[in-house]
Amino acid sequence: MKTIPRSTLLFFGVYLLITIVVQALISLQLLTVFWSKLLLFGAVMAIVSLGLNLIYGFNGQFSLGQWGFYAIGAYAAADVTFRWTQQGSASGLVILLLAVTLAGLAFWGVGWLLRRVPGLDPLSSFALYLAGVILAVMAAVAIGRPLIEPVTSALALLPSNLALQIVFFLAVLLSGVLAAEISYLFGLPVLTLGSDYFGIATLGFTIIVKVLLDNSDTILGFEEMKGARGMIGIPQATTWLWVTIFLLVILVATRNLLHSSHGRAIISVREDELAAKAMGIDVASQKILTFVIGSLYAGLAGALYAHINGFLHPNTFNFIKSFDPMIIVVFGGLGSVSGTVVVSFIWILVLEGFLRQWLPEGFENWRFVVYPLLLIIMMLLRPSGLMGGFELPYLRQILPPLRKNVKAESTAEAQGD
Amino acid sequence: MSHPEVSTSNSDNQGPVVLEIQNLNKNFGGLRAVKDFNKTIRKGELVGLIGPNGAGKTTVFNLITGLYTVSSGSILFNGKNLVGLQPFEITKLGIARTFQNIRLFPNLSVLDNVRIAYHTHAGYGFFDAVLHSQHYQAKEKELTERAQEFLGVFNLQDRQGEIARNLPYGEQRRLEIARALAAEPQLLLLDEPAAGMNPKEVANLMELIHFIRERFNLTILLIEHQMRVVMGVCEWITVMDFGEVIARGTPEEIQNNPVVIEAYLGRGAAVLSKQLSEKRSNAA
Repeated sequence: MKTIPRSTLLFFGVYLLITIVVQALISLQLLTVFWSKLLLFGAVMAIVSLGLNLIYGFNGQFSLGQWGFYAIGAYAAADVTFRWTQQGSASGLVILLLAVTLAGLAFWGVGWLLRRVPGLDPLSSFALYLAGVILAVMAAVAIGRPLIEPVTSALALLPSNLALQIVFFLAVLLSGVLAAEISYLFGLPVLTLGSDYFGIATLGFTIIVKVLLDNSDTILGFEEMKGARGMIGIPQATTWLWVTIFLLVILVATRNLLHSSHGRAIISVREDELAAKAMGIDVASQKILTFVIGSLYAGLAGALYAHINGFLHPNTFNFIKSFDPMIIVVFGGLGSVSGTVVVSFIWILVLEGFLRQWLPEGFENWRFVVYPLLLIIMMLLRPSGLMGGFELPYLRQILPPLRKNVKAESTAEAQGD
Repeated sequence: MSHPEVSTSNSDNQGPVVLEIQNLNKNFGGLRAVKDFNKTIRKGELVGLIGPNGAGKTTVFNLITGLYTVSSGSILFNGKNLVGLQPFEITKLGIARTFQNIRLFPNLSVLDNVRIAYHTHAGYGFFDAVLHSQHYQAKEKELTERAQEFLGVFNLQDRQGEIARNLPYGEQRRLEIARALAAEPQLLLLDEPAAGMNPKEVANLMELIHFIRERFNLTILLIEHQMRVVMGVCEWITVMDFGEVIARGTPEEIQNNPVVIEAYLGRGAAVLSKQLSEKRSNAA
C-alpha cells in the first residue's frame, strides 16, 4: 500500500472541514439565507472561473465565451427540472440525454470520416459536424418521444425527493456535456483564429446566446423559458453539499490533468505555439480540448446556478457579466488554481455581499464605482494576481527528486559555461 | 544557375538517404524566397547550410518542418513526402529543430521543457491523466526518469527545477538542443546555434554537436553564421544566396570558392582574394 502524501491529506481534510462547518452553519440557521446563497454563488463562480483559467490562464486563448456556455448550461438544466417538477414529465431529461449521446456519436462518426479525408478546410468540416448534430437531434426527438411516458412513470415510483435529486443531478451533468458539445462545434472554425480575433468571436457567441434567450419563447420555441420576462418555477435543488461535491471533483480533475503530459501540452501552447508545434504537439487539438473542458465546467456551473434561486433572467447572461470570470482569473493569477477559487469567493462575497450590505440604501450602484477602482489599484499593485502565483501544496507540481547516478554519464564536453 | 558544382563523389558516406529535397520553391507573394533548392542528405552526415542574411536558409528549415507551406517541389524524409503534413506530424516522423532566437517554454521548469517533447510518446490517455490511474503513474515515472537522464547527459540535471527563462544564455541553447533531442529525432535541424555566444561557449557548443551526433546516431543539418563553427564541424557545406544554391562542397572547397566570397563580401573582395591566393602560390 502506498502512503498518501501529506499535502493530499491536508487538502482533503481542510476541504472536508470547511464543507462541514459551512453546512453546520447553514443547517443551524446561523447563516442567513442571503449569505448561504452567496456561498453557493461563490462555488459556482469558482467552477466557471476554473474553466476559464484553463482556457485563458493555461492554454493562453483569450475567451469571452465562458458566460455564453454558462447560460446554455443554466437554461438547459432549468428546462429539464422545470418539466419534471411543474409538468410532471421527464421529457426534458429523456430528450436531452438522447440528444447529447447521439450528438457525441455524431461527432465521433464525423471525426472518423474526416480522418479518412484529410486536408478539408475548417469551415467544410464544421458544416459536416453541424449536419451530423442536426441529424442527431432530430433522431433524438424521434426516438425519445415514445420513451417519455415509461421513463416518467418509472421515476414517479421513487420517493419524490429522491426522484428530484436524480433528475437534478442528471440535468446538471447533461447540461455540462451539452455546453461542451456546443463549444466543440463553435470552437472548430473559431479556434483557428489568432488569439485576439478568437476573443472577439467568443464575445459574439455570448451576445448571440443572450439574444436567443431573450427570445427563447418565440424563436427557440420553449414556452416555459418565457424569454425576456424571465423563467420562474425552477426547483431550488442546489445545496451546499452539491456545489462542494462538484467543486471538489472539478478541482481534483483539473489538478490531475495539469500535472500530466496532457496538461504540459496544453501549457506549452500558451508558452510558445511555434515551439510546441516543433515539439510534436498538435496545437489545434490541444486548443479544442481545453476549450471543451472549460466549457464543460461553465455548463455545469450554469446548471448549478439555475437551481440556486429558482429564477433565471437573460440579463444575468449579459455579455458585460462575461468579464466577471475574466477579472477573477486575472485577479487570482493566470494559471493559478488556488487563486481562482479564493478570488471567486472573495469576489462574490465582497461585491454581492459586503458592498450591498455596507453601502447605505440606494447606493447599490456605487458598487460599480468601487470595483472598477479596485481593479485599477489591483493591476497597479499586484499585476501577477492577488495570490501572486501561490498554489496550495496539493495543487502544486512537485519536482521529482534528482537522480544522482545520472551525473556520472554526463560528459566533460557538456560542462561549464 | 551557372555555378561551379563541386563533385561529391569522394564522399566516404554511402549510407541510406535520409532527406531528399527536390526542386523546392517558396514564394511569398512576388518574392521567391527559395528557388529550386535541391539537397540530399545521407544518414550520419553533418551538413552546413550557410549564406548571407536573407538568403533563405531559415525558410528552408521552416519548409522542412512544415511551419511554411511548400509552393512547389518535394521533401522526402526516409522516402516519405513531407509536403502537406502538419508540423507535429513531421516531428513525430523524426525531425526535430531548434530556433534562431531560442524558443523555450519560458515559464516552465527545465524538466518540463524536456518532458513536453515526450508528449507524443507519453503512452497514457486523457482519462488516465484525469484519474491519475496506476498506468499513468507508472508511465509518468518512466517518462520523468528518462527526461532526467537526458538532462544529465547535457549536464543540466541540477537545473531541473529552474524556470527556463532564468537560465544563462549558453544553458538555454543547450536546453533547447536537449529538448529537440528528447523528441527522438533521426534528423536534427540546428538554426544558428552559436548566435550570440562568446568564444568559450562556441567551443563548448562545437564539442556538444560532435558529442550528440555520436551518441544519438544523428544526421544534422546546421545553419550558422560563425565560420569557425561551420568550418570546424561540418563535413559538407551548401551555400545559399537570394534563395538559390550557389555552391556545395567540403569546408576547404567552400573557403576558396570565389562565388561564395563574392556573395559574402562583394565582387571586389573576390578579386582581391584571388590575387592574394595567386600571390601566395607564386611565393610558394
